[in-house]
Amino acid sequence: MSAHTPKALYRDEGIVLRTQKLGEADRIITVLTRRTGKVRAVAKGVRRTKSKFGARLEPFTHVDLQLYTGRNLDIVSQAESIRAYGQEVVADYPAYTAGTAVLETADRLTAEEKEPSLRMFLLVVGALRALGEKSHPAPLVLDAFLLRAMSVAGWEPALAECARCGEAGPHRHFSVPAGGTVCPACRPTGSAMPSPVTIELLDSLLTGDWARAEASQGINRREGSGLVAAMLQWHLERGLRSLPLVDRSESAPRREASLLSEA
Amino acid sequence: MYEGAVQDLIDELGRLPGVGPKSAQRIAFHLLSAESADVTRLVAALTRVQESVRFCVTCYNVAEAEQCRICRDPRRVDDVLCVVEEPKDVVAIERTREFRGRYHVLGGAISPIDGVGPDDLRVKELMTRLMNGAVTELIIATDPNLEGEATAAYLARLVGPMGLAVSRLASGLPVGGDLEYADEVTLGRAFEGRRRIDA
Ligand SMILES: [Zn+2]
Ligand SMILES: [Zn+2]
Repeated sequence: MSAHTPKALYRDEGIVLRTQKLGEADRIITVLTRRTGKVRAVAKGVRRTKSKFGARLEPFTHVDLQLYTGRNLDIVSQAESIRAYGQEVVADYPAYTAGTAVLETADRLTAEEKEPSLRMFLLVVGALRALGEKSHPAPLVLDAFLLRAMSVAGWEPALAECARCGEAGPHRHFSVPAGGTVCPACRPTGSAMPSPVTIELLDSLLTGDWARAEASQGINRREGSGLVAAMLQWHLERGLRSLPLVDRSESAPRREASLLSEA
Repeated sequence: MYEGAVQDLIDELGRLPGVGPKSAQRIAFHLLSAESADVTRLVAALTRVQESVRFCVTCYNVAEAEQCRICRDPRRVDDVLCVVEEPKDVVAIERTREFRGRYHVLGGAISPIDGVGPDDLRVKELMTRLMNGAVTELIIATDPNLEGEATAAYLARLVGPMGLAVSRLASGLPVGGDLEYADEVTLGRAFEGRRRIDA
């Protein structure tokens, strides 16, 4: 954009993925928007206690934004909160840590700024809603999100057919570098042999078969989480900082209010 | 770039929190033109901090002895413990003159996005302090932001089985701030007030 172009104002909604301090009172916010894709923008004066933005630009918040396009970073002109998922997940530590991993993954898997990714946006909203409403156990919501987010990024794991030659499965061997289950002919050395029940669990999470996923045992959930984390780390050049800190113990039982608000 | 000593000073100043390259340069040239006695006092203050200030062995507040001033004070009550993130929070609460108990300084808040988990804070030390049963009420005064709230939720769940009264300080609104300028989320937090946490 040339320096003479007037600043363009645009409006979009998005989820605040992360914030970074800038100077004395400002923040750079990273937002995954519905239409524009990932946007980095400056929120001026947001750290002052009397800022008009208040807590609306904190991570986990679904916001309606008006932004000016800038040369490097855009500038937030107005923000209205649509739903503050942070308030819902923060009281439940397993949900909070799972949610943080959702936000970091979404940030890392959308490498390009301003490249629309409606599917990733919808996945993040869906995961935060499930964590906030406690509709499913937080660790399962996280693994379902990670599997689907990898698929959106072009790395859908093979869970039935062979990841290399496509031969129909199920296959007993699993290779992280190959991208999922592998047939005996293609199997690279060092392939793992996870429980077939674990592979079924991952398939349930990827396809959204929650009844089957929630019937799973702890041992398969742990093995499944390990495979998902290994696949994700394989694709990202640096590891996720929040993933090792995810608390995979059971969440507090959901309260009456959230039972009522669930459709 | 400047000659050796001046550039070294600018580089060191630039590593301080909130000081950018421009400010570092401004401070460096201010010091160069300042009275020699002023600079000597600054150097002495820095040296004294480095040599004599350490963390209290009990609460991890800054201290000039083995224990901090508050832990040594026999007039403070032992049954109420206030958990804060940083030593500067102790100063802020002391200024209110409302609190007569003791403190525990965590050394930060849980922030998974920065790779900071419970093991990176003085959580184990807190649990050890609570073990002897002297403390009956725990007030969690972590910051009214996401990381502070998550830390409070984590601690409440952890100490839940110990049967203490656990509460969260009413916060979110700046003291003396106008309600009409507070956004809905912050206001919501404040309305909840200092509430008992049931873990
Ligand atoms: Zn094959
Ligand atoms: Zn002390």
